[in-house]
Amino acid sequence: MRSPGQVALALAIALFLGVFLVVPVATVVYVAFTEKGGGALTLINFVDFARTELFVRSFWNSVYVSAMTVVWASALALPLAYLTTRFEFRGAMLVQTLGFLPLIMPPFVGAVAMQLLFGRNGSVNLLLDEWFDFKIGFMEGLNGVIFLQAIHYFPFILVNLSAALRNIDRSMEEAAQNLGSHGLRLFRRIALPLALPGYIAGASLVFVKVFDDVATPLLLNVKEMLAPQAYLRITSIGIDDPMGYVISVVLIVVAVATMWATALVMKGKDYATTQRGGGGLARRQLKPREQVLAYAVVILILLLVLAPHFGLVLLSFATVWSFSPLPDGFTFAHYARVLGDSSVYIKNTLLYSGLAAAIDVVIGGAIAYLVLRTRLPGRQWLDWAASTALAVPGVVLGIGYLRAFYGVKLPDGTPLAALWIVIVLAIAIRRLPYALRAAYAALQQISVSLEEAAENLGATKARTVRRIVVPLMTGGLLAGFVTSFATAAVELSAVLMLVQSNSDAPLAYGLYVLMQTPAGRGAGAALGVIAVIIVAVCMWLSQLAADRSQRARGLDI
Amino acid sequence: MFRRSALAFAAPLALVLATGTAFAQAGKVTVVTSFSKDVTDPIKKAFEKAVPGATLEVQNRNTNAGVKFLEETKGNNQVDLFWASAPDAFEVLKGKKLLAAYKPKATGIAEKVGSYPVNDKDGFYSGFAASGYGIMWNERYVKANKLPSPKEWQDLAKAPYFDHVSISAPSRSGTTHLTIETILQGEGWNKGWRTIKDISGNLRQVTDRSFGVPEAVNSGQVGYGIVIDFFAFSSQGAGFPVKFVYPSVTTLVPANVGVVANAPNKAGAEAFIEFLLSPAGQEVLLEPTIRRLPVRPETYAKAPADYPNPFKDKNLQGLLTFNAELSESRTAAVDTLFDQLITFQLEPLKAATKALHEVDAALAKKDNAQARALAKEARDLIAAMPITDAQAASPEIKAAFTGGKEKSSRQAELEQQWSAFAKEKYAAAKAKADEALKLLR
Repeated sequence: MRSPGQVALALAIALFLGVFLVVPVATVVYVAFTEKGGGALTLINFVDFARTELFVRSFWNSVYVSAMTVVWASALALPLAYLTTRFEFRGAMLVQTLGFLPLIMPPFVGAVAMQLLFGRNGSVNLLLDEWFDFKIGFMEGLNGVIFLQAIHYFPFILVNLSAALRNIDRSMEEAAQNLGSHGLRLFRRIALPLALPGYIAGASLVFVKVFDDVATPLLLNVKEMLAPQAYLRITSIGIDDPMGYVISVVLIVVAVATMWATALVMKGKDYATTQRGGGGLARRQLKPREQVLAYAVVILILLLVLAPHFGLVLLSFATVWSFSPLPDGFTFAHYARVLGDSSVYIKNTLLYSGLAAAIDVVIGGAIAYLVLRTRLPGRQWLDWAASTALAVPGVVLGIGYLRAFYGVKLPDGTPLAALWIVIVLAIAIRRLPYALRAAYAALQQISVSLEEAAENLGATKARTVRRIVVPLMTGGLLAGFVTSFATAAVELSAVLMLVQSNSDAPLAYGLYVLMQTPAGRGAGAALGVIAVIIVAVCMWLSQLAADRSQRARGLDI
Repeated sequence: MFRRSALAFAAPLALVLATGTAFAQAGKVTVVTSFSKDVTDPIKKAFEKAVPGATLEVQNRNTNAGVKFLEETKGNNQVDLFWASAPDAFEVLKGKKLLAAYKPKATGIAEKVGSYPVNDKDGFYSGFAASGYGIMWNERYVKANKLPSPKEWQDLAKAPYFDHVSISAPSRSGTTHLTIETILQGEGWNKGWRTIKDISGNLRQVTDRSFGVPEAVNSGQVGYGIVIDFFAFSSQGAGFPVKFVYPSVTTLVPANVGVVANAPNKAGAEAFIEFLLSPAGQEVLLEPTIRRLPVRPETYAKAPADYPNPFKDKNLQGLLTFNAELSESRTAAVDTLFDQLITFQLEPLKAATKALHEVDAALAKKDNAQARALAKEARDLIAAMPITDAQAASPEIKAAFTGGKEKSSRQAELEQQWSAFAKEKYAAAKAKADEALKLLR
């Protein structure tokens, strides 16, 4: 199964990843392997890493937080995914869309909104204190980080698991039912194992993402974790310290190791089923009592995970909100202030995120195909290389891009790095792992026998991909597109390094500019709300379109 | 794109303002700044009005990112000006030869605000406004928790303030660094660090963004914050229930602007500096959203009644002459000491401090000479420093941070030594305090 087309494709992707990920990052992190001041190659910095109590403590803190976040995120995602795919559930699509929103938390203002609700003197604790005379440390220390991370990242599991559940062959379930299985046992023994690729895709993303996340720990002032340690060192002025880059290398190694370990878990198991089309699990009607219970669970979870957005909306209308459960008063002034500036930001955001997500889906899908369906030597490396993007801190990528592309001049003298397309590429690289994992899971669920059938009937490889593989992967690819798109829309760290003029800036940058003053919280929140609404509407539309096309195809078959 | 618009505006514009300052031709002036839109928008508007044909292109980056940006793009620089608060960022840029010297023609600018020289002695950057550090607090928070109003830095070390104070790390905020350095220079190395650690024992959090402190105070998550004045003023302007005080020992720090080396529009950059220093430019600083202290003494005549005036107000004159060279010689050591002794050892430090507050309360009720002696020993343990001031400025330690040849150990080794030192001392201090408590029960 090796054709010139596949080799060319693999080489093209390798070149893309090389130029836009490996080389820029390597120009920055090679410092980790050099002696400070001297520049001679050495591994002494890694010895120092292992000898420094702070780094070792931070490492284990990060492991603990990431693992616990996966547990809690699963607890939030499982009921939502199960109820909306397994049962006739009114508003299933709304739940899916709403359940995705936590991932789109605009930088800075999101943090402020969370503090105002769950902080030491946030609304919840002020009320608890008044009524019952106690407070809950939602946002204290490592457990606070786990709480926020679980709320923030559980959509990764929700989206991938839901897509996987929808793709399960109904006949498997029917066979089990014929053999007398039902209820929870049916779910545990049939649906869950068959949906495992989706769950693993989501869970591994959550683990690595939490391990490498800087924003949430720093918002809670938790610095004794690995990613914040790297960030703080890299962005301090004046001190050229290799340790920040050493930690970046450790982060990258952990990310690759996680992906490798999940591949190992999945190895030798076959999750593919042949039935396709309008199928998916049979949807059962809920009895009235069950219905009440199901809605109660769904609404409770949604209330919890959407609380930050609720806080954000309040903040965007608030006059002054300080040490009180609710704002002192409400106003439209913040929206009036940002409306004029924001149209250019919105246009740029949609353009950049859309392009970036499209690039991600194409490349992610291609890598998944090459890894799972071909025997090209070294194909795993494409997967691993792309996955390292998860672990590369945004500022490292930003600096790497400046270093690699700023010296390259266009004919009129402007640097290559000043073009907006460079921002798109940086975002695409940062969000590629999301689309890749989704595509990977989707392809794992498709039986190769369908492709073999097509080839036996005389279809070429390219035609098989176009007519069989891609249509069958639509659900997974769409999940990837949506995840990449939505998270790209609020990406800041790399963007902040690369934006060269206001007219090229996306929303996240506008938000950053507004948030540089205490007076800007309301206006920032208003811009944040606008960002969330736009992304949510785009997601909803794309899901609607996909649903339509899938249904239409289901009838065709 | 840039070249074209620069050409379009290349026609020389000679403009004479009321003061008689002449501006050269302007065109598009690109500035990298850490200032918010609230600050840049009014100044941009006024500048473009004062210098017809000029447009100010503002690239907003935080100070760190701005420095990194100039460093990475120096081979093909497109930026005319760097415009930010922290003088140390300018020192770094100057050290890396990323700034071009320019001596402003404007006259009537003060030589010093408070005790800090306004302009770089080598002429690579100029101060255009000043700001001072102080204490900001949330009135609702303070009232709900029945807490006092502070006046001096030392107040923050007292028992009622435990777990209510916030500061940004000096390694992350140039202005906090200057405040720490002021305390060290004013009180001496050992006594200064004692004060800093006493206050730090009461900290709720050490934030990594200077902006995180006013944010936490405004929203009522912490009671008190050690902040630069305009954070408090603009919060008040936005209606937040916060108050602010300058302690009697404060530093006034200039906010600066400097021409970037190989600026594509050098003339425009210089015109912008001249505008900032002109009477018209200085007056813009008085706007409620900006509220910086002008460096032109005459501008204060136009200020609102309660506006702080560093050229008249006694408490802003500053008794201390800030020694910028001393500060420069140990910047990295001081920042790293703060991080390793305080930021990353905050829990043990707070545990020891809390126990000591309890000892003090118990002693006030019933005196006990032995317990008093134990408490003093505990305080001395907390105040202990791993290195002396001479060592902090020594070539060996400096080289550990720069990677120079004289280094006796690597930075990572120093950090590990210092943090282990602090951890051990704080644990011992906590043990002493607990022992004293036992005696008092």
